[in-house]
Parts: sequence; C-alpha cells; structure tokens
Amino acid sequence: MERDQLLGMIKEEQAKNGSVSDGAMAHIAQTLHLPIGNVYGVTTFYSFLSTRPLGRHVIHICKSVPCFLQNGAMMAAAIEKELGISPGETTSDGRFSFELTNCIGACDQAPAMLVDDEVYGDLTPEKIGEILKSFE
Amino acid sequence: MPEKKILTKNCGKIDPGDVSTYEAEGGFKALEKTLRISPEEVIAEVKASGLRGRGGAGFPCGAKWELARKSKGDEKVLICNADEGEVGTFKDRYLLQHDPFSLMEGMAIAGYAIGAGKGYIYLRSEYHYLLEGLQKAIDQSKEKGYLKDLEIEIREGAGAYICGEESALMNSIEGKRGESRFRPPFPPESGLFEKPTIINNVETLVNVPHIIQNGSEWYGAMGTDESKGTKLFCVSGDVARPGVYEMELGCDLKELVMDLAGAKEIKMIQVGGSTGGIIPSDMLSTPLAYETILGSGAVMVFDQTRDVVDFTYRTMEFLNEESCGKCTPCREGTEVMVGVLGRLVNGEGVDGDMEVLEELSDTMKLSALCGLGQTAPVPVLDTLKYFRKDYENRISQSVFLRSLKTVNG
Repeated sequence: MERDQLLGMIKEEQAKNGSVSDGAMAHIAQTLHLPIGNVYGVTTFYSFLSTRPLGRHVIHICKSVPCFLQNGAMMAAAIEKELGISPGETTSDGRFSFELTNCIGACDQAPAMLVDDEVYGDLTPEKIGEILKSFE
Repeated sequence: MPEKKILTKNCGKIDPGDVSTYEAEGGFKALEKTLRISPEEVIAEVKASGLRGRGGAGFPCGAKWELARKSKGDEKVLICNADEGEVGTFKDRYLLQHDPFSLMEGMAIAGYAIGAGKGYIYLRSEYHYLLEGLQKAIDQSKEKGYLKDLEIEIREGAGAYICGEESALMNSIEGKRGESRFRPPFPPESGLFEKPTIINNVETLVNVPHIIQNGSEWYGAMGTDESKGTKLFCVSGDVARPGVYEMELGCDLKELVMDLAGAKEIKMIQVGGSTGGIIPSDMLSTPLAYETILGSGAVMVFDQTRDVVDFTYRTMEFLNEESCGKCTPCREGTEVMVGVLGRLVNGEGVDGDMEVLEELSDTMKLSALCGLGQTAPVPVLDTLKYFRKDYENRISQSVFLRSLKTVNG
C-alpha cells in the first residue's frame, strides 16, 4: 500500500463508520507506515471528513454567495427550526448532522443542499421539511 | 450574438449512460483522426487553435502540452481537474452529467499527444453523485477500445476549494494535505509523484476533439485575438433564468445576463468566481474574454437591492476558510481582511479601514504563494474602486453609531 491510498482509506472509514476515530487513524497509519500525525493532518484538512461522530445523515447546506442571494440563510434557519440543532451539531437521536458548506456547484438550483451524497435544489422551507421526512 | 453550441451540442441529445449514442453523433472520430497523425502534429494543431485553459488561469494549452511532451521521463501523467470548487461555477458538472464521453475522447487525445499512459480525474466530493456515471463512461469507452493507451482512474477529493489549484490537487492525490507547492518546478517538468504532468480542466479537454476534428483554422475563426473558441458561462444570482450558456468568446456580458438570463436592475456582476473581478452596471457592455474579464466563466449577478460590503465580507470569509494556510500572506491576510470587513458590516468601522484593505491587498498580490492568495484581494479592490461610497457610508454610519453610544452611555 502506498501513501497515495491515504485519502481513499480515510474516506472509506468515514463512509463505513460515519467519522474517523483516533483508533481508525492509528490503524491507517500503521497500515501505510506513516506517522499518525500525517493521517490526522490529512483528515482534519478536508471539510467533508470528521473526527467527531456524525449522524446517520449529513446535511450540507450551501452558504456561498449564489445560494445566499437566493435566501440560503433562510434555508439554514429552516433546518435549525426543523431539527432543533445549530450548524456543527447532531440531533440527539443521531439521525442528522447539520453543516454549513461552501459552494457545491448547484448555483443554477440555488438555494441548494446536499443530504449525504444527493443534491437538492430550489429549496423552500416547506420543501426542506418534506425532504428531511424521507430520511430514517 | 446568440448561443453557440459546440461543447454542449450533445448535451440532452445523447444518453450519457450509453457510449453508442455518442458514437452515433460522430463521437471518437477525432480520436481516430488523432491516431493517424503524430503526437507532435496533434500538439501543433492545438497550439495553432489558440486554446487556453478554461479553469480560470487561461494558460495556452498547446504550449503546456509541448513542455510535457519534451520533458524527460519515462512515465508522464495526465490529470483532468474536475474539482470545480470556484464559487458560482457549475459548467464542468453540466458536461460530466450530460456528455462524459467527450471528456474521455479529450483525455485520450491529450494522453496520446503528451505520451501519458496514466490519467486521473480528480472529482470533488461534492460531485460524488456523478462518480458512478463517470466510471461507467470510462468502462464503456475502454470496452470499445478507445482507451487502449490510457488508463484512467478517478480520485475523489474530500471538500477543499484549494484542491482545484493544480499543485494542491497533486498533493491531494499523493495523500498529503492539499496545500499549494512552491514553483518551480512546474508540473510539465515535475508534477504528480515528480513525473511530468499535465493538468487540464474538464472544459479545456472537451474542446480538444472539436479542434482535431474540424481543424485549428475553423476553431480560430471563433472568438477574439487572444481568446479563441466558445466558453461555457455559468449564470447565477439575481437572474430569471440561471444556468449554463455557451457563447463565443468576446461576447457581450450584457447580452448574456439580460437577454439570455433575464437579469433586471443590475447593480454589479462578479465574473470568474470568488476571486473574480467586478463589473458595475455602467460597464455592462464589457466583452467576455481573457483580455478583459473571464476567469472560470462564473457570472454572478447582483441587483440594486444588494449590499456591496456584505458581499465582499461573505466572499472574504469564504477565501479565509478555504486558504490552505501554508503561506503567511494568504493565511493571515484573509484573516485580517475578514476582521476589517466584519467591522464594517457590523457598524464598527473606523477611519483608515479602506486604506488598510488596500495596503494589505498589495502585499497579498505580491507575496502569496498561489493564485488563491494572490487574487483574494481582487473583489475587495474592485468594489473599493467602483463602490467606494458604500464603504465610506459604512464608516460614517459606524462613527455615528458610536457617537450615539457615547451620548447614551
């Protein structure tokens, strides 16, 4: 195994267990014969990787300018109200984590968000409620 | 000038999940033609066409290929940059969604020209939903024998704007933090794993089959002196019809945003993404080209109700978050700018704030390591140039607010 597999391995760990724990980082470091600091450095560099446990579904709502112009902040507020959590938090039942993110390249459907890997555009507070209901 | 569909001619017409529909539209004919001529002739044709990089920097494509071709080294690498993190940009997503085969053909031709056996597509993780379709396009093209000499592997990012910068992108593929590298050496000489490397944007590569198929003369007849061909523009913000529009380079900004996208009562437009320049409403007839203003092709429209300082603050907050942190001018410069702009937004501005922004801008432009830090001041300087009154108002409002506090306090 070469070092260039590192990001893929971290991503796989996150996909499988929802986050990258200290133990997982240590294990990856051993497998690739890397200092654990390198693994930690890469894990914490990227905004879609997390060292703290996340919910079963992760909502990334776009806060960049094109979405902001189309009331993106109102959509973030709608999610806060719907789930009772602020950005960076996870619901107590572990169903959702909610994050603000930078441009997701769906500016033609602004305001937009990702729930896990799916993109949802042309959001309204009502639509958000409907979308979130479809997730277990 | 109406829309001119060349790169997007197949979009909506072919089935992006079936290579034979691409072949039926004349797909891979350019690759067949390529394989009948020498790599040097391919490079000469691309050079003669005047094709420049579509990711934002605008480097001449053929010249870059030539450097890699001539570079010593047994193994050469081709990377397709599909990291499209630039704010307001979604053209590559559009191409990948509707016509991934054009990219396969472009990569096969590029690989042949520079002599690369290995190709990567670096896909941003925000576009994970495109991965399956893209892999299918690779598999089908391979099955049909179009990727005999180029093995293409998709590598995914994990959420980092900076990884669209070519040297950070290579670090990311290598399993390192996505930080920019010092240059030289430049990638055509020593890039991914220190091998000669060519990094081209999705849209750049999609241009290539058309150039080979129809010739550089045909291609060079479109556009302006320094900007040949067509360009995909991503229109967003205060418009009735946001979306991707393909236009000949040198086209009129006003026509694009007003006639095609339906913008009204425009205050300003940012062209090229978060570090793009600002066009105020009285300069709407600016042609869109490398000579004037272009960047990634993002066109964000702001109407009269929008606040300029709020916009600049939000943009700087983005750049500050996405700065990789390696060089001081960018890491600290964007931090201080967020501080100053945040003061202005919150009614806590002080005299001299504009001068601080200008001085810091000069330092960052001169000394930052990569494009992010060097161009981060552009929206600040442009808004200070065209909307200075808005900044002055913020400062005088701040002074007024403080005087009230003194009276009441």
